[in-house]
This record gives sequence, C-alpha cells and structure tokens, in this order.
Amino acid sequence: MRLTVNGEVLEASAATLAELLNELEYEGDWLATAVNGELVRAPDRDGCRLTDEDRIEILSPMQGG
Amino acid sequence: MLSLYGTEIASRLLLGTAQYPSPAILTAAAKASGTEIVTVSLRRESAGGASGGRFWSLIRELGVRILPNTAGCHTVKEAVTTARMAREVFATDWIKLEVIGNHDTLQPDVFALVEAARILTDEGFAVFPYTTEDLVVAERLLEAGCKVLMPWCAPIGSATGPENIRALRSLRAHFPDTPLIVDAGLGRPSQAAEVMELGFDAVLLNTAVARAGDPARMAAAFAKAVEAGHNAFHAGLVEPRDTAVPSTPVIGQAVFS
Repeated sequence: MRLTVNGEVLEASAATLAELLNELEYEGDWLATAVNGELVRAPDRDGCRLTDEDRIEILSPMQGG
Repeated sequence: MLSLYGTEIASRLLLGTAQYPSPAILTAAAKASGTEIVTVSLRRESAGGASGGRFWSLIRELGVRILPNTAGCHTVKEAVTTARMAREVFATDWIKLEVIGNHDTLQPDVFALVEAARILTDEGFAVFPYTTEDLVVAERLLEAGCKVLMPWCAPIGSATGPENIRALRSLRAHFPDTPLIVDAGLGRPSQAAEVMELGFDAVLLNTAVARAGDPARMAAAFAKAVEAGHNAFHAGLVEPRDTAVPSTPVIGQAVFS
C-alpha cells in the first residue's frame, strides 16, 4: 500500500494506523496522528484502517513561540 | 492576579520555548522569567525519533501551564486540526490560535482566524487568538467566543516594539474587561514596560529572550519591566504637558535681591 507519511511517500504493509506506527518504529505517548487531515486519537488508531494513497501526519511536541 | 479562562495567573509574562541555544538555557530562562505559561508547538516526528519526547519531558519539569500554538498554519482546516491534535497530546483546552496570512510579515489572516476561533470555541477550546491590533477584528473574535485577545505590536521576531500605540490604546479602552496580551514584536524590556503602561494585562515573549546574549538574564530583565509597567498603569501615570512646572514648592522661597 502506498502512503504519504509526514510528506514522504512510502510502501507499507500495515492495515491500521496503529500497525503503521509499529512498522515505522514510532513509540511514545506524546504522538498525535491525523489521517487525511483529520485527527485520529490514540485510542482510535487500532480501528483506523488505512487505504491506498492515505496521507498521514505523525506529530510530536516541539519548541514554539 | 490575571484571570485567563478562569485560571488565576500571577506572572504577566508568557514565554515561548523556541530558538534557545540549548535546553538548559531554555530552562534557566523560564525560571528566571517567573513565567507560569509557556508556549509549545507540534511538528512532524521522524520514524523512531524521540526528540519530541525529550522536549515534552523538559517542559513538564518546568511545572508551568502549557499553551500550545498552531504556528505555521495557513488555513482554517490546518489550524483546527492542529488544535485538536495539540489538545490530545498536551491535555489542555488552551490553544494559541495562529493562522498566518502573509509569508513576509507573518501577519495573521484575520478572516480565517475568526472562522477557526468560532469552530474551536464551539468545541470547548479556550482560544488565545494571535491577531492584529484591528478593533473590529477584535470584536469579531469576542463574538466568536474568545475571552482573551493577543494582538501583535509588531511582526513576529522583529523586535521593533509597538508600531501603533494609538490602536493599542484604543483596544484597551474598548475592551476594559478582556485580558489583552501583547504577542509578538517586543524587543526590549522598555518596550514591554511601555505596553504594560498602556494597561495591557501581559506580554508574550520569545525571540527577545531566546536570542539575547544571556537569555536568563534578559528574561529576568523583562520580568521586572513587565511588573514595573503594570504597577505604573495602576498607580496612575501623570499626563505629559508642554510647559515646565516646578516640583519644589515656590512658597517660602527666599528673596535675595
């Protein structure tokens, strides 16, 4: 399946957003995720099925003004 | 005390967390400023990365309130989604709402700002809108449900100080009961004191502290200036006049001629 993750196009076998985070070795309880511009809360990642061409954002805390 | 969405705050200095030479200097500056509120952001995390986690630990150790921002967003949708993501990560309803409209000046797109503010307040967010000094936009933001306003006094990071004193004064006069925080454009402690003397309730600083030669010392200097300006406003400033007035009593003065 072809996905765009944080702007990078990649091939992934994960069926869900939770599986994708594992596949890409993301860890930590400080991540925020969105699929196609919509927030997917942490408890909902298991049930969030991915489809070809999905755009995924994986964000974490950063310095800000 | 300053009340922001029902939270009592003693320090009238809000501090950004970007651009410091090191995490240790950020911590030192935050402590020296006495701030109770710091701003943070969300950015893309690399696969397997832990930078966000490290930063988040550092911020939590400060023991202050978190004000996440939507910096870098240019549309209502970007800002709203970022705000929702920030609420989940930072576990706060507070959001510094930024919708940038111009790349050069980082001027807010006030039309999108009002629209995003309405959506987010409807969702229970406590919105701190980064806006211009425009009076009518301020009215629209209050109508949209904002209970705090954060007008710029000059472009972000410019360190030029207040460019439109008349408009800032007008905002204060029109909204005597709304917390007004000058966000962006301050470069010197004297400029922070100046806007506080106008009756603004607080200032939000980042570049002026973070890029100083000694950020912790500059943070302390700003803290004193903010307090001085606040006290001066409430003490009642003497209005300037065109002619001299002797301060020493003239009654009883000796005559030698």
